[in-house]
Amino acid sequence: MSWAEIGLVVLRVVLTFGLLLVVTVINVWAERKILADMQNRIGPDRAGPWGILQTVADGLKLFFKESVTPRRVELGMFLLAPFLAVVPAFLIFMMVPWGRPVVIGGNEMPLQGADLNIGLLFILAMSSLAVYAVILAGWSSGSKYPLLGGVRATAQAISYEAAMGLSMVAVVVFTATQGEGGTLSLSEIVTRQSGNWGDISPLFAWVPRWNVFPQIAAFVIFLIAIVAETNRAPFDLVEAEQEIVGFHAEYSGMRFAMFFLAEYVNIFSMSAIAATLFLGGWNGPTFEGVVPGLVSALLPTVWFLAKTYAIVFVFFWVRATLPRLRYDQLMTLGWKRLIPAAVVWLVVSSVVMGWRQFGPPWS
Amino acid sequence: MVEAVVFVLMAVGALGGAAIVVLARNPVYSALGLLGTLFSVAVLYVVQLAHTVAAVQVIVYAGAVMTLFLFVIMLIGVDRAEMIEESLPWQRRIVLTIGVLVVILAGTLTVSGFDWVPAATVTNPGVTSGTVEAIARPMFTGWVLAFEATALLLTISAAGSIALAHYRRRDG
Repeated sequence: MSWAEIGLVVLRVVLTFGLLLVVTVINVWAERKILADMQNRIGPDRAGPWGILQTVADGLKLFFKESVTPRRVELGMFLLAPFLAVVPAFLIFMMVPWGRPVVIGGNEMPLQGADLNIGLLFILAMSSLAVYAVILAGWSSGSKYPLLGGVRATAQAISYEAAMGLSMVAVVVFTATQGEGGTLSLSEIVTRQSGNWGDISPLFAWVPRWNVFPQIAAFVIFLIAIVAETNRAPFDLVEAEQEIVGFHAEYSGMRFAMFFLAEYVNIFSMSAIAATLFLGGWNGPTFEGVVPGLVSALLPTVWFLAKTYAIVFVFFWVRATLPRLRYDQLMTLGWKRLIPAAVVWLVVSSVVMGWRQFGPPWS
Repeated sequence: MVEAVVFVLMAVGALGGAAIVVLARNPVYSALGLLGTLFSVAVLYVVQLAHTVAAVQVIVYAGAVMTLFLFVIMLIGVDRAEMIEESLPWQRRIVLTIGVLVVILAGTLTVSGFDWVPAATVTNPGVTSGTVEAIARPMFTGWVLAFEATALLLTISAAGSIALAHYRRRDG
């Protein structure tokens, strides 16, 4: 590896990290503004134009607040848990390609933290590790409410991770029929979604070749599962600040801010994964030759952000619309509806794809 | 060189985690020690170029199994440091004896120049970027029957445990 290549690797990791931080700051503000709009309020409007600096102000405030340590905590785990929440959240986004590879000084640089061969498995591994932050925070607080919140959170995360994984498997199986062999690499999954569905029928020549059209059920299951995975309304029994009190009740100051940051990072990276797996990632018209080269190099990133924000908006919309589920409803939905639906969809779509690929079983 | 450094670090991590499992007074720390061991072993897999196995290790063991362990520990409320009467009084002495014997055996083997498992070498440079394919191909061609039979066995055991545990009270 030459120094230029090492520099490019560092650059792309820093860029990915920076992008994530900036969009997270914007997302916190956007959620408050959108919720306010849906509830006929004005929302934050004091700090900066349209209140856009409100998140920065809140972050600074939390930074200077005292981090209270209650007397009965298990100190080591209590201090470790916020970091366990933040690290997997950032690592997940490292797998997501957020733009078309660009060429800098003769070296091609993929706009992605790391393009692992086992990309999807890595995402699943990291999202299953994120559970530890919640369970350890709840347990180490040495108090009843956080402990109960932690146990609730674990049960929820285990339940919905299965549905999330199964809907991902359906996409992986489908992607395998779209090119040479199967793949778990996210950049390859994006590449295979370029073009349109014109080969199915000339009628569909205007429909982009996104996985969402053949895999619509997997998309719906995946969306529901990621809302539950990120502990967002209507599945936010993990936090439920109004009534049942969640796992981070004993956290304050910067330690609380880290849980908060991890949640918003997770919303964005899960939406980005949904956009990558189902909505074609950064694929989109780049108007090569019509517009300047720099613009057509940046347009894929714009498409990626637009698709991701469409899903992020659904997160906010759902929060403003639906009331919180009761705990037994949460478990029933996860185990008796989503997981069977995901299994049935996986089997049915696999059979259909096998039929199309290899012909009927009697041939 | 890098491999040796990572090996020593992760071996210390794995053994330290294993020691915590046995020595910790609080079952939650025991579970976390086991988690540390599993994670260190996963890193060793990565060093041996077995990326898929490492990912599966983290998903299945660190992600699912250990979460369930912690869940059960918290749910049944044994997360207090307790003095529990030992039901196997000879256990500690037997374990100590076996441990000493193992150390003597390992020491003898090392001194006598026993050929340990040789280090992994990259015979085919392309294989590092295709470990999923390299595992999937034999699994779904030559060994597909054994693989599906194992999957069926796991499903049967899961369904069986549900059937055994799930009963309805007649008066309920």
